[in-house]
Amino acid sequence: MTEPAILKLENLGVTFPNHPVFTDLNLTIHQGEFWSIVGKNGVGKTTLMRAILHQLRPTTGKVAYLPDGGSLKIGYVPQFRNIDSDYPLTIKDFVGLNLTGWKWPWLSRKEHAEIDHILAETGLTKLAKRPIGQASGGERQKAYLAQALVESPNLLILDESTASLDPVTKTELLDLVIELNQRLHLTVLFVTHDIPMARKYSSQYLMLTPAGAEQGPISGLTQEKVWEGEKNV
Amino acid sequence: MFSYEFMRNAFAAGTIIAIICGIMGVFVIARNMSFLTHTLSEIGFSGAAFGVFAGWAPLNGMLLFTVVSSVIVGQLSARSERREAATSAISALFIGLGILFLSLANKNASYATSILFGSVIGISASDVQQMLWLSILVLIVVFIIYRFLKFDSFDHTGARVKGLWTNTLSITFLVLVALSVSVAAQIVGSLLIFILLTLPAATAKYFAHTVGGMMILAVGLALLGVWAGLTLSYVTNYPVSFFIAAIEAVFYFLALGWQKVQTAE
Repeated sequence: MTEPAILKLENLGVTFPNHPVFTDLNLTIHQGEFWSIVGKNGVGKTTLMRAILHQLRPTTGKVAYLPDGGSLKIGYVPQFRNIDSDYPLTIKDFVGLNLTGWKWPWLSRKEHAEIDHILAETGLTKLAKRPIGQASGGERQKAYLAQALVESPNLLILDESTASLDPVTKTELLDLVIELNQRLHLTVLFVTHDIPMARKYSSQYLMLTPAGAEQGPISGLTQEKVWEGEKNV
Repeated sequence: MFSYEFMRNAFAAGTIIAIICGIMGVFVIARNMSFLTHTLSEIGFSGAAFGVFAGWAPLNGMLLFTVVSSVIVGQLSARSERREAATSAISALFIGLGILFLSLANKNASYATSILFGSVIGISASDVQQMLWLSILVLIVVFIIYRFLKFDSFDHTGARVKGLWTNTLSITFLVLVALSVSVAAQIVGSLLIFILLTLPAATAKYFAHTVGGMMILAVGLALLGVWAGLTLSYVTNYPVSFFIAAIEAVFYFLALGWQKVQTAE
């Protein structure tokens, strides 16, 4: 692997009161890789993502952003969003919400350009002025993706973000993500239950099971293996 | 009308209130906090009654009670599933306390009415000045934390996963609402504050699709309601809060109707 490592999990373990979620997890992620994180519900996928985001203190081991002590910009697209049809903001305004910091309340010309650029990258330019509450499920997911990307992250986490989409929209969104992954060397962690999609888009996989974790090149991941892992308590 | 000093003061105070309520209201609506705002206004009533009992200006009693309780409410209602119940309990307690303080202060029902429903006659130039300083304080804090507050209010999930200090933001915002409630209560009264803190912004939501646009429209609608309400109250001698409530409610129902027509098309 010629690309540098950007994230390293060392003997990582998270235990909730009387309930170990996972233990001794070791994983090194290099820039530009596309990982699928699979495993049944409750096995700790989202907990792992929270540990990676430093939102949860691990019980053992550590999550290191590399080079050691460095910072990693992470874009995160969660599974759920509380946005109903009355939600007033336009897609452009929604994407711009992620531009925070101790700055003026209004967006600078440079920030407007950054948003316009990411809207173009995600195919949302024509929809920029549409209230997001009136957008379709696929358009909303693209807007969530654009919001996560607007600060130019090195690592993008899709936390079951495609779960509620129909197959065509799901493919459209992941085609977009893989294109960004290949063109910009954006590292991707794709948390999913969809094994065919994981096999189509990822380069590596991490499977969490109640008995432990398994990882490797995506060619080694099969639906049968996932079922077997889920039974393996 | 403007030859009377009390009307000049009322218009100055009304303008300040409309601006502060229009801006804060946009965040109140985005955060689904109309009910909590209503509770803070009841706490404001209790605080004003306590102020009278303690021999202070009612505004100071209001400030004390609303600011302290906003922090408590913020802590108690951090979990959304218990927010309504916790808010109802606090609301009931404070209305009771307000009545107790009024009774202890030996004030009659008309005094309670003026705290609850507001009054244009009692506003002095020094009241206007105090309201102005409080409003400037609120606006400065909003200006400083604007981007964080906007993100957290309009996309709480996104703000949380980004690691923004959402709990601190939530309590800071409640304190700002408490200050706004105390300011606005001077004219519309503590029971009707939520009119100006919710209806103009709720109406604006149907027409403007950027946060800035919603603020401008909400401030405009609040100003229209307050100015028209004060003028009609002066001409007819009926309560100003009735006119403000009626005007803002009409705007809101028109907006709802317009929205219905739009979605039907």
